[in-house]
Amino acid sequence: MNETFKLDENLLRKRYRAEKRFHAYGIIAIGLALAFILFFFIDVLSKGIPGFQTVQVQVEVDYSQVVADGNYRRVVQKDLVHIASRGWMRTVPMQLRNHPEMIGTKETIWVPAAFRVNQYIKGNEGHGLEQKYQALADELYKQGTIRKAIDWHFFTRGDSKLPEIAGVGASLVGSLVVMFITMILAVPIGVVTAVYLEEFSPDNMLTRTVEVNINNLAAIPSILFGLLGLAIFINFFGVPRSSALAGGMTLALMTLPIIIISTRAALRSVPNSIREGAFGVGASGLQVVWHHVLPLALPGILTGSIIGLAQALGETAPLLIVGMMAFIPEAPLSIYQASTVLPAQIYTWSSDSIRAFGELTAAGVIVLLTIMLMLNGLAIWLRQHTSRTW
Amino acid sequence: MANKQTGNFKLETRNVELWYNKFQALKGISLGIREHHVTAFIGPSGCGKSTLLRCFNRMNDRVDDCRITGEFLIDGKDIYDPKVDVVHLRSNIGMVFQKPNPFPKSIFENVAYAPRIHGVVKNIADMNNLVEESLIKAGLWEEVKDKLQQPGTALSGGQQQRLCIARAIAMRPGVILMDEPCSALDPLATAKIEELIDELKGTFTIVIVTHNMQQAARVSDHTAFFYLGNLIEMNDTHTIFTAPGKQQTEDYITGRFG
Amino acid sequence: MAQHTYKRYDEELGTLKERVLSMGGLVESAIRRSMKALNQFDVEKARKVISRDKAINALEVEIDEMTRTLLALRQPAAGDLRFIISTIKIVTDLERAGDLAEGIAEAVLQSQDHPLTHLDSMNSLSDAVCLQVSASLDAFARGDVEAALACVESDKRVNKLFKSVQRETLSYMIEDPRQITTGIITMNIGRYLERIGDHAANISEMVVYMVKGHDIRHVDHETAAALIKGTLADDE
Repeated sequence: MNETFKLDENLLRKRYRAEKRFHAYGIIAIGLALAFILFFFIDVLSKGIPGFQTVQVQVEVDYSQVVADGNYRRVVQKDLVHIASRGWMRTVPMQLRNHPEMIGTKETIWVPAAFRVNQYIKGNEGHGLEQKYQALADELYKQGTIRKAIDWHFFTRGDSKLPEIAGVGASLVGSLVVMFITMILAVPIGVVTAVYLEEFSPDNMLTRTVEVNINNLAAIPSILFGLLGLAIFINFFGVPRSSALAGGMTLALMTLPIIIISTRAALRSVPNSIREGAFGVGASGLQVVWHHVLPLALPGILTGSIIGLAQALGETAPLLIVGMMAFIPEAPLSIYQASTVLPAQIYTWSSDSIRAFGELTAAGVIVLLTIMLMLNGLAIWLRQHTSRTW
Repeated sequence: MANKQTGNFKLETRNVELWYNKFQALKGISLGIREHHVTAFIGPSGCGKSTLLRCFNRMNDRVDDCRITGEFLIDGKDIYDPKVDVVHLRSNIGMVFQKPNPFPKSIFENVAYAPRIHGVVKNIADMNNLVEESLIKAGLWEEVKDKLQQPGTALSGGQQQRLCIARAIAMRPGVILMDEPCSALDPLATAKIEELIDELKGTFTIVIVTHNMQQAARVSDHTAFFYLGNLIEMNDTHTIFTAPGKQQTEDYITGRFG
Repeated sequence: MAQHTYKRYDEELGTLKERVLSMGGLVESAIRRSMKALNQFDVEKARKVISRDKAINALEVEIDEMTRTLLALRQPAAGDLRFIISTIKIVTDLERAGDLAEGIAEAVLQSQDHPLTHLDSMNSLSDAVCLQVSASLDAFARGDVEAALACVESDKRVNKLFKSVQRETLSYMIEDPRQITTGIITMNIGRYLERIGDHAANISEMVVYMVKGHDIRHVDHETAAALIKGTLADDE
C-alpha cells in the first residue's frame, strides 16, 4: 500500500494556468483602478491649477467724491472700466465710507481683471470678451499693465457671482467650523457609546437590538440624515437654518455609527487577557477601560474617527436638506450664522453657466482633496505614534 | 467522597453548583483548601476546574448568564455575600493567568499598579520598596532591577509570567489563584515557576489549575480531580498519584482516558 | 481496565508482565528439577539446573532494563506505577529464589558421595513451597488479592514443615554421628526451601500493593485483611 500516486499532468498544468490567469485579472483590475485615479488627478489638476492663477490689471485709482457717492465706475480711467473687475470696483465706495480721509487721493495699484479679460488672457475658449476690448487687452498685456499672478485671495474670499473675486475662504471656514462641531459631538458620544456597549452592557435582547440598529444606521443613505436633522434640530429645536450648528449636528448624526463601529472593532481587538489581568488585581470596570483598554484601542479609535470625519467633510446631501447649499458669500462669525461648506461651494460653482467657474470648481476640488489627504495622513501618523505592543 | 481532611480551611466550598445559561458546569462541589499549602485542580478540558478557580475571586461575575448556588468561604466568610466588595476581595486573592498578560506598561508600573489604585502605599519610597520586595519574591528582581522602566511586554515569556506573579503578590494577598500558569512556557521557564510556587507557599495559599499531571504531582500538596463538573476525588497528592481511590482518577492519571 | 491512549505503553506493560511470568516459570521449574535431582541422585539434572540459572539472571537484567525505560519515558502513575514498582521488587525475589534453587542443585552435587536419605518430610516441604511459589505467581498474573493473602498466610505452614525437617534431621544426626555431613546438607536444603517460601510471600505482598496500594509487609494477617477491605486507613 506504499505505491505513490501518479499526478495528472494535464490537471496540474490547468491548475497553474488558472493561477496565472487569476494573477493577470488582478493586475488588470489594479491597473484599471490606477488609470482611473491617474486620469482623475490629471484632469482635476490641469483644470484646477489655472484656477489658482488670476489676471491683474494695473490701474490708476481716483478716490473722488463721485465714487464715494456710489458711482463706482468712475474709480478707473474710462477705457479700463471693462477691463478691471466690476466686483472690485463695487467695493470701493464702501471702502471710502469707512476711510473718508482717502477721498481725493489717487494711487496706482494692481487690481483683478474682469473675468472675460481673465479668460481671454489665459487663452481659454469661450472667454466672451468683446472684439474691441480684445485688442486693448492684448495691448495692455504687451505693455505689462496686465499680468498673471498667483491668486492668494482665492483662499480668503467668499463666494461671488463674479468668478474673478470668488474664493473658497468662506466655505473653508464653514467647513472647519462644521467639522469642529461634528467632532466634539460625534467623537465623545460615539466612543462612550461603543465603550458602554462593548465593555459594560449586559448581553440581552435590548442591547442586541441597539447593536443591529447601529450597524444598519451606518448603511443608511446620507440624505436621510439631512431629513432627520431638518426635522429634529431645525424644526423641533429651532436651530437656525443653514447654520454651521445645524450642519455640524446633522453630520455628527451621520458620523456617529461609523465612529461607534470602528471604536467597537478597536476595543474588540484588545486581548481579553489584559482585561482579566486588570480585573484580577481588583481594578474597577471603569479603571480597566480607562487604564488598560482605551490606551490600547486608541490608535484604532483615532483612525476610525478621522476616517468618519473625513467622510463627513466631503458630504453634501444632508447639508442640502439643512440649507447649507445656498449662495452664502460670508464666512460665519458664530455657529448660528448661515454658512456654507467646501463641497457645497464646489457644487454651487459647478452648476454655474459662466465658464470661469469651471476653473474654480476644479480648484475647489483640489483644496478639498488636499484636506482629505492631510486628514488621512494624520490618521496614519496617529496610528503609528499611539500604538503600543502587547 | 469529597475531601477526607477536616479542620480549618483557607478556602472552602459547600455544595457549589454553577450554570452557564442552561449548561451545568459544576455539580455539588464541596472541598476545602488548606492555608500555606498548594492545591492542584486537575481533570480533562471542560471538567469545571478553571470555572471553580475563577469563582474564588468572582471572575465569573463578568460572565452573563452565570448562576451560582452554594457557598464559597474565605477564612470562613462568604465570598458571594452581597456585603462583600468584589474589588476588596480581588485585592486579597491574586490571580495568575494562562497566558502571561503583563500590562503594556513599564515593569515598575505593572507591579505598582494594584497598590496604586487601591491607595495602599502613600509615598514613592514605600512604593519603590514594595515593588522591589514583590519582584524579589517573584524571583525576578536580579533580572530586571536595571530596567524597571522598560516595558513588561519586552521580557521573555517566563519572565513575563513571573512579572504577573509579582503583580499579583504586590497586594500581599492571602491566596494566589493560578490558571494553568505554565501552559504557554518552555520547560525551563516552567521549572522556574514551579520552584517559585514552592517558595511562595510559605507566605501564600496557592490554588493551581493544570493540565499537566506531572506538574500537579511536582508542586502540589493536595490534588483534586474533576470530571464533567463533578469533584471525583480530592486527597494528598502522593496518594492521588500512587493509589487513588476512584477508578476514574486512576484512569485519568495513568492516561487511560476516553 | 480501560486501554491507554498510548497503545505502545499498553504493549510495553503487557510485555513486562509476560517476562516476569516467564521468569517465574523458570524459577518454578528450577525448584522442581533440583528437587527431582535430589530425589533421583541425578547429578546431570543438578548440573542442568545450575547452568539454567544463567537464563534466570539474564531475564532479571532484561526486566530491570524494561522497568527503568518505562519509568524514564512514560512517567507512570497510580496503578501503572505500582505495577512497575512491584515488578522491580518481584524480580529481585524471583532471582533470589532462583539462586536458592541453584543452591539445592549444588547441594545435590556435594552429596553425591553421601546420598541423602529420609527425604519424606523434605518432599512435603518442597511441595508446599512449590505450591506457594506458583500461587504467588498466579496471584500476580491475575491481580488476585485474596489469593495473594492466602499465599502470605501459607508461609506459616512452610515454616512448620521446615521445623519438622530440622527436628527430624537433628534426631538422625544424634542417632548416628556419621550422618552429620549429610545432615548439614539436608538442613541447608531445607533452609533454602524455607527462604524460597519467604520470597514467594514477599511476591504476594507486592501483589497486594500492586492491586490495592496498601503496604502489608510487616503487619499481621488481620490488619492486612482489614487494610484491604478499606476498614482501616493506611497511617493508623
